[in-house]
Amino acid sequence: MKLLLTLLLVLVVALPGFAMAATQETTLPEIEDEVMCPICGTLLGLSRAPAAERQRVFIRAMIRDGAETEEIKDALVVEYGPQVLALPDDEGINLWAYVVPILVFALAAAGVLWAVIQWRRNQRGDPPGGSASPGPATADSQRLDQDMARFDL
Amino acid sequence: MNLRTSITVIGIAGLLAFLTWGLIEAGDAGIDTGDPVPVQTLPTLPPGGEASLADFKGDWVLLNVWASWCIPCRDESPALEQFESANRGELTVLGVDTRDLSEDAMKFLEQYGINYPQIRDASGGYADDLKTTGVPESFLIDPDGNLTAHYPGPFADVAAIERFAAPAFDQGVAPTGQSQE
Repeated sequence: MKLLLTLLLVLVVALPGFAMAATQETTLPEIEDEVMCPICGTLLGLSRAPAAERQRVFIRAMIRDGAETEEIKDALVVEYGPQVLALPDDEGINLWAYVVPILVFALAAAGVLWAVIQWRRNQRGDPPGGSASPGPATADSQRLDQDMARFDL
Repeated sequence: MNLRTSITVIGIAGLLAFLTWGLIEAGDAGIDTGDPVPVQTLPTLPPGGEASLADFKGDWVLLNVWASWCIPCRDESPALEQFESANRGELTVLGVDTRDLSEDAMKFLEQYGINYPQIRDASGGYADDLKTTGVPESFLIDPDGNLTAHYPGPFADVAAIERFAAPAFDQGVAPTGQSQE
């Protein structure tokens, strides 16, 4: 019962957010952050070049016609080629643009983890090969017992 | 020299070589006169086909790179159209619309009554191959496809275009256009 009530509460809180996201209209600033100015080599949002202004007019007209972000970006690719996208698509060789940072992050995380494990092992004084240390040899053990017996009070 | 020093020296030498190569590439000013002009097959404007500079091999070509958002391109367009009309059949003017919206480009052609062939360089890749520094820029290309002259910036009038295209006329093509001088 308690779980059901919690789920209901979560739904009540989250539903308006989902509804708003679903009906949210595409905006010019949103597109400006995702496409490039065709002549400046910067994001469209950073450019005031005449070509960029024409690009904005084109985007505004599509927004007015009810186009969504992806439709507008597709139309811009038709007009200017794929270089107009600030981020490359996730197909073919362009996929590496997304995979490489993840690989680098994973390698870096593994490196940090390894360094932490080594550091903690050194702190404990464990040998690098493993934590289990071999016990003394039988003769040494007997001598140790004798020595301990001598000092036994 | 121990191994670590050798690796450091090789690394620094490699980095310097890479930087030098970058500087040489960046300093590549443009196509030299007499060198072949790059060719790219691109969509025509109005849309419906494809064309390239190679289609005009055997003719003198004045290749003009332009865009509808470029104010100097608007300024030179009437002179370019007048020059082309007067010399049609003797020298080809080929327009390259670059980094432009197709609808804007079509309006531009209608507005200035431009009838000579046009190709559309949507991404600007061809303009980059031509090593343009902006728009408009014009190239005079001989019948073998080699660069004869380069004109960065807008032509002031028909006379300026005739002076630029003079090598074509000196070599057998007679200019029929009337100068505005």
